[in-house]
Amino acid sequence: MIGWLSRHLQALVFALGRLARAPVATLFTAVVIAIALALPAGFLLLTHSVRDVAGNATTVDLTVYFKREVPLESVQQLAAHLRQRNGIESVAVITADDALALMRKDSSLAEALGALPDNPLPHALSIHPAADASSSTSLGALRQYLTAWPEVELVQLDSDWVRRLDAILLLMQRITLGIGTLLGIGVLAVIGNTIRLEINGRRQEIEITQLVGGSAAFVRRPFLYTGALYGLLGSLLAAGIVQTAGALVAGPVNQLARSYGSQFALQPLGVQGLGLMLGVGGVLGLAGAWLAAARHISRLQPRA
Amino acid sequence: MIRFDRVYKRYPNGREALSSVSFDIAAGEMVFLTGRSGAGKSSVLRLITLLERPTRGLVNVLGHDTQRVGVSKVPAFRRQVGMVFQDHRLLGERSVFDNVALPLVVAHTPLRETDKRVRAALDQVGLLDRIQALPGELSVGEQQRIGIARAIAPRPALIVADEPTGNLDPQLSREILGLFCRLRDAGSTLVIASHDMALVNESGARQIHLDGGRVIP
Repeated sequence: MIGWLSRHLQALVFALGRLARAPVATLFTAVVIAIALALPAGFLLLTHSVRDVAGNATTVDLTVYFKREVPLESVQQLAAHLRQRNGIESVAVITADDALALMRKDSSLAEALGALPDNPLPHALSIHPAADASSSTSLGALRQYLTAWPEVELVQLDSDWVRRLDAILLLMQRITLGIGTLLGIGVLAVIGNTIRLEINGRRQEIEITQLVGGSAAFVRRPFLYTGALYGLLGSLLAAGIVQTAGALVAGPVNQLARSYGSQFALQPLGVQGLGLMLGVGGVLGLAGAWLAAARHISRLQPRA
Repeated sequence: MIRFDRVYKRYPNGREALSSVSFDIAAGEMVFLTGRSGAGKSSVLRLITLLERPTRGLVNVLGHDTQRVGVSKVPAFRRQVGMVFQDHRLLGERSVFDNVALPLVVAHTPLRETDKRVRAALDQVGLLDRIQALPGELSVGEQQRIGIARAIAPRPALIVADEPTGNLDPQLSREILGLFCRLRDAGSTLVIASHDMALVNESGARQIHLDGGRVIP
């Protein structure tokens, strides 16, 4: 076990030494890898941020708008009636005055609303169904029941936008997966080519090592570590790029989201995200190096 | 130690390098392979070190029928054979210590033992004081002695040398020959390919003379 560790440590130190001796070339390769990894990572982070907001809002509510002539007392009676019904978790009465105040506070229409002679908004109920009555069938039935009331002008089921958002998120995920796959192949190619050049540059050393009895694993090991280190370094830089880009746009994005009354905020990468990126980078580096080493080292035949 | 029994070697380009070559080399013997360029000396060495396999016939080295040594076993086989090359084949970017230690490192020899054996090998070739030097800082003769130190450091049962004095002046050649004689006296088996007949005759060692891929009695 100690011997095995020592061999790997030796290969790691050797690979680190090679990279450190050519800092500019190492950095350029790492930057190329970083850019390729940063793009899908950024997309993934954005998707997660949107999903987070959507996740908080996926509790589907129904909003019942009454005809303008319906008095508040009738609305409150109907609300009390609804609270007795199975499958309803809560019912909130939104008076026309409350709705107007809310619109004035949160919307850009405040000035226009102020110019109106009287309140154009009706009273409304916000109904939150119980979790076990949130299926589309149950909600459809409840909607139908409410629409049948003569006092009701409109029943709005707030699930439409959730469905649209889900579709957008699915699309974003697929795009991220596509871009990630393509750029992952790109990273494999970049690392594979870098390792190929390393192998060619150290052809004599490899031949001599084979002549004195170096096994294929011994010859290959430093190249695998070099590939993994390229991947790790690239993913570390990519994490830096994503964090920096996130920090740069976070302010304006939050401002924009607030102006629409949204709680949307870009998530930071976090320890888990960083770990995932390092893992992906390391594995891609190792795989690229393995492919190159398996292909090119086996072609080298020592000559005496 | 080494047995060639009616060995033929034909290369993919059709050239027949060896034709019915037979000889035996006993343990502790120093043998010179002689002959002109293209006579087949290097082919014999390549067959001994498993850089090539015979087209026909038996090559038995250190008790192994080389035809039966699997590809994955070749590195372990080569670790039992020390090789000395005409052009030294040293790693220019590595110190003398690292060069000599290479066969010990690939054999996963513990660090303390590696250090001990490298120093012993360098002491044997008289270059212990150059342990930290780079090969480029050494003379041609010193580089060849480092090559020999690398071959003997793992204490192999067999040492093969391909034209080890080919690039050296007569004085340095005699020094290297003296070194080989000392290794033989210490119990090593040596197979040396050389066309320097004066040196070979001076050694008094057995000769296997090759011409056109055949052993000339």
